[in-house]
Amino acid sequence: MDIIQIILTVLIMAVFGLFLGFLIAIASKFLFVKKDERIDLIVEQLPGANCGGCGYAGCGAYAEAIVSGNAPVNKCPVGGDKSAAGIAKIMGLEASSTVRMRAQVLCSGTNSLANRKYNYIGLKDCLSVARLGNGPKECQYGCIGLGTCVKACPFGAIKVENGVAAVEYEKCHACGMCVSACPQKLIQLVPFDTDVWVGCRSHDKGPVVKNHCKVGCLGCGLCAKVCPSGAITVNEGVAQIDYEKCVSCGACVEKCPRKIIWSGKVQMSLGSTIANDIAADSSEPKKRRSRVDKLMDEDR
Amino acid sequence: MLNLLVISINAILIENFVLVKFYGCCPFLGVSKKSETALGMGMAVVFTMTIASAMTWLFNELILKPFDLEYLQTIAFIAIIATLVQIIEMFLQKSIPSLYSALGIYLPLITTNCAVLGVTLLNINNDYNFITSVVYGFSAGVGFLVAILLLSAIRERIAYSDIPKPFRGFPIVLIAAALLSISFMGFQGLKLPF
Repeated sequence: MDIIQIILTVLIMAVFGLFLGFLIAIASKFLFVKKDERIDLIVEQLPGANCGGCGYAGCGAYAEAIVSGNAPVNKCPVGGDKSAAGIAKIMGLEASSTVRMRAQVLCSGTNSLANRKYNYIGLKDCLSVARLGNGPKECQYGCIGLGTCVKACPFGAIKVENGVAAVEYEKCHACGMCVSACPQKLIQLVPFDTDVWVGCRSHDKGPVVKNHCKVGCLGCGLCAKVCPSGAITVNEGVAQIDYEKCVSCGACVEKCPRKIIWSGKVQMSLGSTIANDIAADSSEPKKRRSRVDKLMDEDR
Repeated sequence: MLNLLVISINAILIENFVLVKFYGCCPFLGVSKKSETALGMGMAVVFTMTIASAMTWLFNELILKPFDLEYLQTIAFIAIIATLVQIIEMFLQKSIPSLYSALGIYLPLITTNCAVLGVTLLNINNDYNFITSVVYGFSAGVGFLVAILLLSAIRERIAYSDIPKPFRGFPIVLIAAALLSISFMGFQGLKLPF
């Protein structure tokens, strides 16, 4: 009796299992959908942990996003560079993306150069401070300097020095995380080899900029006039460089009366460079300093 | 009708699957980082639980009971749920691609989730009939959806908070989940007529 019972049970379960297996087999025949074969190849390159660290629902979803062109290949924090290289190969990116880019912070208003509206103590996050009168600096376009971009950078390439974020170019992979993280929209991707960039994004009028910051762009347009290739335009009170046209001649760097167009990769030591320049230039009138500024200095 | 209402309120609030019964903690903690993904996961669970409840109840009634094989419930139900989810996934991919992409990876992920198996076994243990089984499965799924949405909203707030260093990351999420659980335990005081 017991033996029969066991055999019966096993039989029923076996038949049941076979039945379910056939059901799936038949279903997969009838409900077959053609997929982009690159998706499977990319999934093979990923760790397959479905951890969601890339911001997508799983490795499969991330692979689909890559194939449809909505995601960069280097988002997987687990697979790291190895996965990224493999995926780039599948997507044929190595051939197409030859121009290396880097992130550039378009603000030069370090603590000693930009005047402050108020002294902020609280949550160390640019997003929340940006809502308080557009940041603690008098210039509403300036870098807040609390390092939201630092946290966003997956490669540790950004530091905040003297109240302004700065990119270590060699570490930058131009993933664009900082560009979307910055509430002031101050970070731009520029060609890695470019020599010139405008270190200001203030749309304010000249006199206002002068009151806010010792190094703001006045929108005078001298750079646009001197540029031989017509790469510089002054748009809403701030000079912008079109890197497709720029030939890196450096004429604008010479001409800029505010020394706000930078040449070479100098940003890491930016604060001290400008401070020295201004100290040397005695024609610059001394700025009236608010009490808060003095307090901030003592704090530091 | 009142009976069904009582069953669903019971499953959603008083005996919430995640927060009171502690089923399905893995997806609850794993995919509650963003409200969007949490919603996707919750919808997938609602979907699977409802259909799984119906199918397993029928299977139990039509095959296991006549052969006196009720002790095979666990293993048979797992097989049914896994097959069911596979077929549903293929069907969705073929006929409703938008829903398929909305549910995404969550559908296969919950194939072997204990919450889904739990609801099917509880249906049998509680002697529910077909309709109450389906309603119970659906409400258990909604309970999961509510819990995971609440936690994901809390986690989105936590992301912008100044948390002491030792608690950053997973520890604070566990604490938040525990507090949420305690507050749901408060619904035990709700006395519903059965």
